[in-house]
Amino acid sequence: MTDDGTTTDGATATAEEFENPVEGVFDDVERTPGVAKPDPILVAENVVRRFGGLTAVDVDKVQIQRGAITALIGPNGAGKTTFFNLLTGFDKPDSGHVELNGKSIDGVASHRLAAQGMVRTFQLTKALSRLTVLENMMLGAKDQAGENILKALVSPLWRSQETSVEESARALIERFKLTHMTDEYAGTLSGGQRKLVEMARALMTDPELVMLDEPMAGVNPALTQSLLGHVKQLRAEGRSVVFVEHDMDVVSDISDWVVVMAEGRIIAEGPPASIAENQTVVDAYLGSHHDSELTFDDDDQPDHGGDDADEGAAEEADSDDSEPEPSAAVDEAADEERGDDDE
Amino acid sequence: MLAFDWDIILTQTFSQAFGTQAMVFALAAIGLNIHFGYTGLLNFGQVGFMAAGAYGVGMSVFWLDWGFWPGLPLGVFYCLALALILGIPTLRLRADYLAITTIAASESIRLFVRWRGNRDRTGAAEGINDFADPFYDLNTLFTRPGNRSYEFLFWEYRADDLWVMLIGWTTVVVLLLFTWQLMRSPWGRVLRAIREDEDAARALGKNAYSYKLQALAIGGVIGGIAGMLQAIDKQSVQPDTFNPIITFMIWTVLIVGGAGRVWSPVAGAMFFWGVISGLKAFMRELLDTNAEDELERFLNLSVINIDQVQFMIFGLTLMLFMRYRPQGFFGSREEMALDDR
Repeated sequence: MTDDGTTTDGATATAEEFENPVEGVFDDVERTPGVAKPDPILVAENVVRRFGGLTAVDVDKVQIQRGAITALIGPNGAGKTTFFNLLTGFDKPDSGHVELNGKSIDGVASHRLAAQGMVRTFQLTKALSRLTVLENMMLGAKDQAGENILKALVSPLWRSQETSVEESARALIERFKLTHMTDEYAGTLSGGQRKLVEMARALMTDPELVMLDEPMAGVNPALTQSLLGHVKQLRAEGRSVVFVEHDMDVVSDISDWVVVMAEGRIIAEGPPASIAENQTVVDAYLGSHHDSELTFDDDDQPDHGGDDADEGAAEEADSDDSEPEPSAAVDEAADEERGDDDE
Repeated sequence: MLAFDWDIILTQTFSQAFGTQAMVFALAAIGLNIHFGYTGLLNFGQVGFMAAGAYGVGMSVFWLDWGFWPGLPLGVFYCLALALILGIPTLRLRADYLAITTIAASESIRLFVRWRGNRDRTGAAEGINDFADPFYDLNTLFTRPGNRSYEFLFWEYRADDLWVMLIGWTTVVVLLLFTWQLMRSPWGRVLRAIREDEDAARALGKNAYSYKLQALAIGGVIGGIAGMLQAIDKQSVQPDTFNPIITFMIWTVLIVGGAGRVWSPVAGAMFFWGVISGLKAFMRELLDTNAEDELERFLNLSVINIDQVQFMIFGLTLMLFMRYRPQGFFGSREEMALDDR
């Protein structure tokens, strides 16, 4: 499969053009897990999700700043996607509380959240294969009269709305540079184009908060740049973005704030630069003993020395020479995981 | 030389392709098309909806003494109730659960109406007979006394059948237009989105559960209408005519026509009944020739097992069809090939 050139050309150039309306907002925010934000759009408190004996998610507190791009990162199995599903109503927490725009969305069905301004995409892209790209887009529009079965029977009741929906769909298709694919089945698109369709389709709901589950997974580097440009454009339009990602490079390029998860908990928060140097984060990705010799105790069991990743939480990076350069190390780990996740 | 009466074979083929059976199966498949072709619901109990419709009419006359006409809305009511009973608990679950539930429910219905305790309500194993006279009384077009037969080229029908066919095929056309209108509307777009990926539809704010329930009810009522017309045509409802095999014949009709296309149920039903009746007539003719003994000796083909052989040959035809044209008459191969990732 090839991502065709037109979707990638030009977007790389525009990626830097969008201004950041939340520049400086985080300057006075402390770099500690669960810290309060000046104007949160999404708040989660004490959210716990267990699968049998395994606690997949146990988040004390996290706030997402309005209008910013927030990255949710963490190694495989950290509970990012589970947490994401809990926030978007696709899974129910065993306990805890989530607020969107100050209103509780506990127990609210996932399909009602679109009306409240939250929309999500999926890690395994869900392009609707046997619908055309245009139909995929038009599906996204909210409050369509013709989606009521009785009104559907009488075309005049929905014709004019359909025309305006089609107009905005075509405009978005053009913005995402998919015009040549408008009438093709979405199933014929390449993996990267499907990511674009999914993101564009989400925008048809005119969301305040866009939740992207690994938008860059399995996408070639050129198209990644294009996707990054689109994400920045969302912020420039005043929308808030949360996205799940492995790759630290991607994260540091576009996010305003990074939330790091490991073993179901939030272990660090801060601007991308501070995260790359955070010892706890490096430990979470590589294991806390990646730089120490493997020793054995009396029973020939590997000797753990008794400490765990959480103990390093408060430490800032004061790396010595024997340690690999932190951000590069994180990248490596991320790349490795990414290989497993590719479609 | 073999002296075949091709006239009889062709008459059988063409008459049955447009006959009441084909009409009933076309209707049932239109319902199933809304379930499976457009919404992706695996309903393996369409015959249960046919039974619900048929018994609505029969029980209105036999048990409730309401007469024939109130039986039609009663049949619709039975179908809606069945759709809710089947759908509410299962449509939140994975697709397989609906499949299991529907096949079990359709058998349960058959066994329930067959139960002796229901003799006063459903007529138990004997069923209900001769209840549709008010329907035939409206027939002013075709001479009824003597139920004379009408012939035209290869088509040959009795007056009563012609009347049922006129009403039935008109219903088919109306319901095809109904389906066509629904499926080109935004409502139909949501159904097709749910067929492709329910979670994606949900993330975009569509209440997938509610849409699936609506689709199940609408397709079920159309299946019920098929059942009513079958009951009217035969002037009888018998529990054992509502076997699971009917469901699979309806599936065959839909797949042959091409699921997810408006006209496919009609094309599939005509093909199915035309070919199967033509085959039977052909084998009868074959046995009428002086090769009869040879056929029995080599193929075990005789008047006794002609029905089985007919279905065996049809099964083979179907296999070839699926191998070389899996998308059916109307489906597009390109669309079939798209993965459902």
